Amino acid sequence: MPVTTYQLSVNGEQREVSVDPSTPLLWVLREELKMTGTKYGCGIGACGACTVHLGGQTARSCLVPVSLIGERSIVTIEGIGQDPVGRAVQDAWVDKDVVQCGYCQSGQIMSAVALLKATPKPTDVNIEQSMGGNLCRCGTYVRIRAAIKSAAWKL
Amino acid sequence: MSFCLATSGVAQTDTRRAKGLDAWAQVYSVLVYPRCINCHTATNYPQQGDDRHRHFANVMRGPAGNGVPALTCATCHQQTNANSTGVPGRPGWHLAPLSMKWQDPNDQPLSSAAVCRAVTDRSKNHGLDGRGLLKHHDEEALVLWAFTPGRRPDGTMRTLPPLSHDEFVAATRRWVEAGTPCP
Repeated sequence: MPVTTYQLSVNGEQREVSVDPSTPLLWVLREELKMTGTKYGCGIGACGACTVHLGGQTARSCLVPVSLIGERSIVTIEGIGQDPVGRAVQDAWVDKDVVQCGYCQSGQIMSAVALLKATPKPTDVNIEQSMGGNLCRCGTYVRIRAAIKSAAWKL
Repeated sequence: MSFCLATSGVAQTDTRRAKGLDAWAQVYSVLVYPRCINCHTATNYPQQGDDRHRHFANVMRGPAGNGVPALTCATCHQQTNANSTGVPGRPGWHLAPLSMKWQDPNDQPLSSAAVCRAVTDRSKNHGLDGRGLLKHHDEEALVLWAFTPGRRPDGTMRTLPPLSHDEFVAATRRWVEAGTPCP
């Protein structure tokens, strides 16, 4: 398909990209905008490593063609710290030393922020269900849960 | 004379009911097709594919039928089909409420009679009468999606229900005009 130019709001800044309309948002972020915090994991929406916020909701950026973004604002791991909930989650991640290899953690944090915005005091079941689409091959799930609870306590 | 008239009235009623049941059978063939029934589950998860397997990625029904925080339907499903990635989409992607489950807890489709009872029970169907059901089948975005389901991730087309949308609406109209009879 012909290259098309899109105006995107990414972490509060207007960015212009010219790409094939079918290009997934993940590759627009990583290849066009050089924002490599968002990770490529499975490419089919099964692992959650590519999670960003699109219009205030989580989105699997590997599955969303840039042509379907429209006016919705994009927030990535590079910008989530500007948000009070995002800041609290990132601080808790450091405090609880959550990360092992780290590859999945930007997606984990983006999902955790979305969970806490919708459910400020999540139960274990809330956490297991909402984070159930984010896989961690290092098995840091116990520390992820502890960090989410810690952030919730401080917010 | 009056006996003959009465007999004729019964025959007309029987014919009308038979035509209505024939139309319902066509409607039912669509409702239990995977494009429809995959989101009319009795469980806490949707299904996908023609084999109606459990939706991947631990997708959950959630309290409102549209997933849970951080993993809503809209996390992947956009306003339209994304044919380049194979993700189907329409506005308001969600599971049907449990009151509209057309499967049993073991993921087996309910009988024609059971689905018909559920569809016509206004305490379960958001208060829709026959005209409302016809409008739902004619216009609702997710119903329309079932007839234009787009491509799978492997690039092949998703299979279609056994009737076209026009045929489905026409069958629904005949069923409604016959008084929405159930088997």
